[in-house]
Amino acid sequence: MYEKDGEKYFVVDSHMHYWDASPENWVPGAEQYAKGWIECFHAYQSLGPAETHWSIEHFQKYSEEDTMKDLFEDGHVDVAIAQPTYLKEWYSEGFNTTERNGQLLRKYPEKFRLNTRFDPRDGDAGMREFEANVEEWKPIGAKLYTAEWNGDSRGYKLSDPECYKFLERAQELGIKNIHIHKGPTIWPLDKDAFDVSDVDKAATDFQGLNFIVEHVGLPRIEDFCFMATQEPNVYAGLSVVLGGLMHARPRFFAKVMGELLFWVGEDKMTFGSDYAIWEPKWQVEGLVDWDYPEGHDFDDYPRLGVEGKKKILGLNAARLYDIPVPAEMQLPGDSPAAQDDAELVEREVAQA
Amino acid sequence: MTVLSDARAVAPLSNDAEAASSTGVTARVWEALRSVRDPELDTDVVSLDFVGAVSVDDSAVAHVALRLPTYFCAPNFAFLMVADAHDVVSEAAGVARADVVLVDHFASDAINAGVAARAGFVSSMAGTEVGEAVAELDELRRTFTERALMAGTDLVVRPLMRAGSTPEQVAAMTLGDAPASADLDRLRRRRAELGIPSTDADPLVVDPSGRTVGVEALPLHLRKARSYQVGVDANTSICRGQLAARYGV
Repeated sequence: MYEKDGEKYFVVDSHMHYWDASPENWVPGAEQYAKGWIECFHAYQSLGPAETHWSIEHFQKYSEEDTMKDLFEDGHVDVAIAQPTYLKEWYSEGFNTTERNGQLLRKYPEKFRLNTRFDPRDGDAGMREFEANVEEWKPIGAKLYTAEWNGDSRGYKLSDPECYKFLERAQELGIKNIHIHKGPTIWPLDKDAFDVSDVDKAATDFQGLNFIVEHVGLPRIEDFCFMATQEPNVYAGLSVVLGGLMHARPRFFAKVMGELLFWVGEDKMTFGSDYAIWEPKWQVEGLVDWDYPEGHDFDDYPRLGVEGKKKILGLNAARLYDIPVPAEMQLPGDSPAAQDDAELVEREVAQA
Repeated sequence: MTVLSDARAVAPLSNDAEAASSTGVTARVWEALRSVRDPELDTDVVSLDFVGAVSVDDSAVAHVALRLPTYFCAPNFAFLMVADAHDVVSEAAGVARADVVLVDHFASDAINAGVAARAGFVSSMAGTEVGEAVAELDELRRTFTERALMAGTDLVVRPLMRAGSTPEQVAAMTLGDAPASADLDRLRRRRAELGIPSTDADPLVVDPSGRTVGVEALPLHLRKARSYQVGVDANTSICRGQLAARYGV
């Protein structure tokens, strides 16, 4: 919970990691990739405030105590949603697996929600692993990397028939939220890797699932926006948007926020720190204080008030994950409702 | 070539001598590299600080080292930039041969070998750790040039709208009606690359297929153009920040 000017903000960090990228966990023969990956993440951290930068050694492997302090003691977070990233080709025990995140869940069940993952290209074995993870951890969300390479495959689409089998099974098993990485162009990438039309199709066909597009399709924000505005079950995951832009490039950040507020709307945007790339503290405080800079560039973007900030920082994700919110931190009236699709499109055209 | 690179400091050279000097050639290599752009950011590699080093040796071989913001930057974009750099540097006056390499990248070896052998992306990636790509890159380049057209439209048209032009007026404008600017020049070049007419008499606002945008569709078209521009800006700022962190520039 974060309190400022008499307002109490319930904070859900809907996109964080608990990784081990220390040299002891590097796969022999793949050291350069393991090293290159974590250094790449570390360079992202440099886009945050200088006083929040970590040494590369600390960044490679931080402890459970660090995590609890950075998120809950210092970072104002009430509940964190741990997202897995496997990368077992480079990291012997995986970078950030369901099991590793699960250690946190076991110890602090009220503080965490655990997501799992699947890769439709892993076939029957992958399906069994997914089912076993759901059985063991009872997640209601999954994180997918469609751009990840797997054997001879250069990525997959949510709309692939094999993926549909997993999405159908996920729905049967009680999964509600699919977080999908559509973000900055890092390894590996083919030309379609950040195309969001597959999300469009899957979101239409799986009305029982919500699709949270992490990193809002950067660099193709516009493709994401044009799609999200037509799909009531598609959300904008703000991880990287806040961490990578709010401090380093405030004017660009304001434009991205303006675009998202215009096309997607404050009811469908969710805060995610992307910890440990960035700590949540400065992001939460910065968003609560945030307003557009002076200048005509921002005149016609929708404003973001206290209510909208409460939704983005926690209430929207709390609704997606059935997280109870203390009455004093709810909005007067009720929880945010999804906006009517037709009304949204009408509004855009009128504003455009 | 044996002309000392600091010859100019000793005595002014004639034009001919300068054309042959490694200093002059080096300057032309830098100039040539300004025509190579990151397709995703629509900015040239010199402005982006992606050129780490340029030198011309005694055999008139131009050595160029390109660098990127991260070890894992997209290999297909990296290939495009290295290949384009190889082409323009090879053609620079006074250069006998171009030796363009990508440094500090997970696919450096495959890309450098492929470009040096003039092989396409698919074949140069075959059998490497990068694997075989799904398609050649012309389509990718076109996609990003189309995006650049949309983003460029925002840069040129929004100031007009802010100054009071109505949608009716903008829809009726030609390229020649718009005030001269670097953004307008760039928009013309992107149109030309897409095969869209770009003379003064051609319509100012067209869609990526070259069709004129009517007054009815104009507001939404411009609204989308603005979103494209914001996307490019945001991505560029992240890339610049990462390059700065990596190389201290």
